[in-house]
Amino acid sequence: MKYVIMFTTTPELDAAVPAERAQEVYGRIYQWFGENSDKIADSGAELQPVSTATTVRHGDDGPVVADGPFSEAREVIGGFSVLDVPDLDTAIAVAKTWPALDLPGVAVEIRPMVVDYSQFEQ
Amino acid sequence: MIASDAADPPAREPGPPAPGDGSAASDSLLSAVLRDEAARIVAALTRSLGNLDLAEEAVAEAVEEALRSWRMHGVPPNPGGWLTQAARHNALDRMRRERRYREKLALLAEPAARTTAGRSDDVDDRLPLLFGCCHPALSPDAQLALTLRAVCGLTTAQIAHATLSSKATTAQRIVRAKRKIGRAGIPIRVPEGPERAGRLDIVLTTISVMYSEAHLVAGGDAAADRDLAEDALWLARVVTSALPEEPEAHGLLSLLLFHRARERSRAVDGRLVLLADQDRGHWDAALLAAAHSELERASKLRRPGRWQLQAAIAACHADAPAADRTDWLQVLTLYDLLLRYDRSPVVRLNRTVALAAVEGAGVALVELDGLAETLAGYHLWYAVRAHLLRELGRPAEAAAADRRALGLTANEAERRLLNLRLTGWTNPGGGPGPIE
Repeated sequence: MKYVIMFTTTPELDAAVPAERAQEVYGRIYQWFGENSDKIADSGAELQPVSTATTVRHGDDGPVVADGPFSEAREVIGGFSVLDVPDLDTAIAVAKTWPALDLPGVAVEIRPMVVDYSQFEQ
Repeated sequence: MIASDAADPPAREPGPPAPGDGSAASDSLLSAVLRDEAARIVAALTRSLGNLDLAEEAVAEAVEEALRSWRMHGVPPNPGGWLTQAARHNALDRMRRERRYREKLALLAEPAARTTAGRSDDVDDRLPLLFGCCHPALSPDAQLALTLRAVCGLTTAQIAHATLSSKATTAQRIVRAKRKIGRAGIPIRVPEGPERAGRLDIVLTTISVMYSEAHLVAGGDAAADRDLAEDALWLARVVTSALPEEPEAHGLLSLLLFHRARERSRAVDGRLVLLADQDRGHWDAALLAAAHSELERASKLRRPGRWQLQAAIAACHADAPAADRTDWLQVLTLYDLLLRYDRSPVVRLNRTVALAAVEGAGVALVELDGLAETLAGYHLWYAVRAHLLRELGRPAEAAAADRRALGLTANEAERRLLNLRLTGWTNPGGGPGPIE
């Protein structure tokens, strides 16, 4: 099954992490991608900080463009990858080893991808 | 009892199976039969169809049919075969309405051999199903509802009744959970390796909640047509016999058996009777012996855990010939050990009762007040507080605490006890004892 795993962080907590520690975790993230290459279908992308986000939102008179992320949540998405593994337990096991989980405010969301489009055919 | 669909298939197109000996069956007999059969059939169908949702729906429908038919005509000679045929019939019906019917039909055409093969003595296919239902990716409410439905074979109405939820909420909870299992790829299997212990604890927690929910309903006003406590005990036994090397499984079974042994003296005239006031002569000696031997089995495996410690605490109470001869120091020591595994506020609350017995109500009250914030709104926090204040000779404050407790519980048996306390009735045993 294919899953998108979304790496989220809490910017206000990130700021408190010493640069050295952040660097060390970053190094392990490189390793992590290497170690899990057989389970990663698409390494995805790391995103620029949320301060660079722009959102285009539904408006009554057409789409409205605004500064900032789509959600007011404290957590923001920092990147994503695509896993191809047999089941959710394997995806959870991979996600649990995400090095940044050592840092407070970090979370990984796992979402199965729609791969069977037969429901839309007619 | 074995669900042998291979033994005597009544017809190629299994319509309503033949009635049995014509005598009506009691609800408890029906529960026991359905419990024994339903989970195996769900597990077998899930394996052959690769779809828990479909399998479970088909079996649930068969269970409803069985309840209707067996209540009138009695349980057929081969209830497992009856249910299997009915469930497969229902699954076929559902699949006809689906696309790719033919591909799936091929899968269903050859399940007989597999169901038999999956029933060897060392493999209990109910276990993977149980672990799937109790997956941490499902909410605790959903884990419980789905376990009751897919593993214990309860109807949606029975689950709604037992968990004090509406039928609509329960139905939705089950549908969502099954959908998530399918869409998110939750595996139906027993996890191996380091994951096992944590996952087993979720299973044991679900069984424990199942038992407690039964307490709530039984202590209340409603007459349930299904005793959830029996389902919980049955499930705990299924786990211990499938995983005999897991000490915590034995620990939970022991704990439930200790509770079950005291069940008869726990409620008198619909009023809750606290441990200290229970008639110990009415405790079930056979169940107590079974509880002790489970605990012994667990301790021989030499891996302590929270369920074993709770069972050990229950054993201390069971061993005391009278409430005032309870070995409270041992109880308190066991609670201190328990805190290493489980620091939940409810464990800490229960510990304060032992603390009061050993070090006095004053010390316990300080400890209790430290839990005020986390347990605000929990009626038993107020009930314990009332007990301690009464011990300390502060009856007005005690009554105020009892009134808060009364305002926070809807359970009739508990309300009757609190009302009695408020009208000046005194515990002959002298105190509430541990919270049950």
